[in-house]
Amino acid sequence: MTTEKIETARPLVRLDEVGKNYGNIIALREVSLEVSPGEVTCVLGDNGAGKSTLIKIVAGLHRHDTGTYQVEGEAVSFASPREALDRGIATVYQDLAVVPLMPVWRNFFLGSEKRKTFGLMDIEFMRRTTKSELLAMGIDLRDVDQPIGTLSGGERQCVAIARAVYFGAKVLVLDEPTAALGVKQAGVVLRYIVQARERGLGVIFITHNPHHAYPVGDRFLLLKRGRSIGYHSKGDITLDELTALMAGGSELEELAHELQGVTAGKELTEEAKKLGLTD
Amino acid sequence: MGQAVVQPPRVAADERVTRRSPLRRLLGRPELGALIGAVAVFVFFSVVADAFLQASSFSTVLYAGSTFGIMAVGVSLLMIGGEFDLSAGVMVTTSALIAALFSYQLTLNVWAGVVISLVLTLALGFLNGLLYVKTGLPSFIITLATFFMLAGANLGVTKAVTGNVASDSIRDMDGFATARSVFASDVVIGGVNVNITVFWWLLFVAVATWILLRTRTGNWIFASGGAAASARAVGVPVTRTKIGLFMGVAFCAWFSGMHLLFAFASVQSGEGVGNEFFFIICAVIGGCLLTGGYGSAIGAAIGAFIFGMVNKGIVYAEWNPDWFKFFLGAMLLIATVVNLIVRRRVEQSG
Repeated sequence: MTTEKIETARPLVRLDEVGKNYGNIIALREVSLEVSPGEVTCVLGDNGAGKSTLIKIVAGLHRHDTGTYQVEGEAVSFASPREALDRGIATVYQDLAVVPLMPVWRNFFLGSEKRKTFGLMDIEFMRRTTKSELLAMGIDLRDVDQPIGTLSGGERQCVAIARAVYFGAKVLVLDEPTAALGVKQAGVVLRYIVQARERGLGVIFITHNPHHAYPVGDRFLLLKRGRSIGYHSKGDITLDELTALMAGGSELEELAHELQGVTAGKELTEEAKKLGLTD
Repeated sequence: MGQAVVQPPRVAADERVTRRSPLRRLLGRPELGALIGAVAVFVFFSVVADAFLQASSFSTVLYAGSTFGIMAVGVSLLMIGGEFDLSAGVMVTTSALIAALFSYQLTLNVWAGVVISLVLTLALGFLNGLLYVKTGLPSFIITLATFFMLAGANLGVTKAVTGNVASDSIRDMDGFATARSVFASDVVIGGVNVNITVFWWLLFVAVATWILLRTRTGNWIFASGGAAASARAVGVPVTRTKIGLFMGVAFCAWFSGMHLLFAFASVQSGEGVGNEFFFIICAVIGGCLLTGGYGSAIGAAIGAFIFGMVNKGIVYAEWNPDWFKFFLGAMLLIATVVNLIVRRRVEQSG
């Protein structure tokens, strides 16, 4: 996979005032976003903010109803994830990244199997490649034949990311990759995001944790109840402001004040302090 | 492809993991429980029934195994793909009836009936798959419905056309002899008659295993059954795979139907009801998970072999064959429990 140097002027993915309705429910309204090669665009929002809907549109699982969706300057409307993949947009889902009972190497090549003649798979190649690609990402697997379900959550995310990078993704969409992870494992995943960026990929990083988003992000899109409540470059905004803008920020602060005096509240206050939510 | 990564963060090998021994790997195979069971059943009947160890008895056991084993091939693949087909039993009868009725009523060469039957039976499988994909209902419900519809149609159509509950004999029709040699003849090996279905069975198992383990389609079958949403998200055509699996069952039903027809020349329209469970039992004894995503065609073949041994072993032991189903149920229970224990142990000890 050669990493071509594309001029950063033309964004890989660009959404303009995109909207989506499910029946009479407006899941997303007039949301704009762009990501260029070598850039990380973070999408932040609480549960129900529309993050999932947004990435499902980008990933090709759903079509948008209004607005325009452009890939490298060309308007698109994907009918299936396969079409998005063919345009270089690979999505790594938090919950549906892998098939747990299948061996690691089968998961790595699932849907893009390397084949020889007569429809035979080149199993030796796939085993070897899986092992070397994962090793390059710092995961040393004793056995690529083990079911991927036996790996830790962080490792599984990394396999999914390594897979997307290997198959020449230009844009990597990561759906809450750090949400279910411990501190250390989240750090590992964040490092891969930086790596992907340095390789010249565009990354759309969905998260509800500003502390994960700020260190790696170049732009930040904040969603609340299906609308954009802010779209900032890293230069325009500090971590504290970002945190405050997040749905939880001010409300959690209020909650902490409310709970002060109550024994349980003390811990929460400290927790909030640690997270930088109060001063 | 895959050039060196920028500053690979090296992680030292985890000191908490130990190597998996070859024994553990063997224990992780889906067929293991069935293999242990097959050996146990074999030893058991060898001891209690003197006739069991004779070559001719073994041939009979293999034949019984093959008649169910051929269907178990398609059913196990479908099960690995996460679905059931309850219509599989009566579909065999439907397929045989289609060939018999078309050949006899239109006075065609029986091979014409065979081909018409293949097309229509595959269409039935396609319909099962399409209904499942389009409605999103569990395949259990869809195929339960087609099961009853086919069972009714088998009887209704046969009676309407022939005025009888069985199809007319096609023994004297053109092409019967050649068709019989393909679908229902005996092959003599070392002085013992072995039914040709045994060899077809082995061939089908080999092809299915090859598909499962060596081809892209096999990958898709495991993925569609193991986690359909994940599979779809990485570009696996899940619906096409599942429809294909239903058609695979239909193909096996067609083959079994042809065997039935050319072994007896006429078909009883009420046959086949209840057999679908035997196929599922073979697959489950062979290590297929009911929830999909795990199993093997070889395991299902061993399951069918156990089935054949129990089926005929009871006769050789001169027990009352009425008890056959009791033993079958007990086998199913034991096999699934053994599979469960084995799998848990392997998972725990890594």
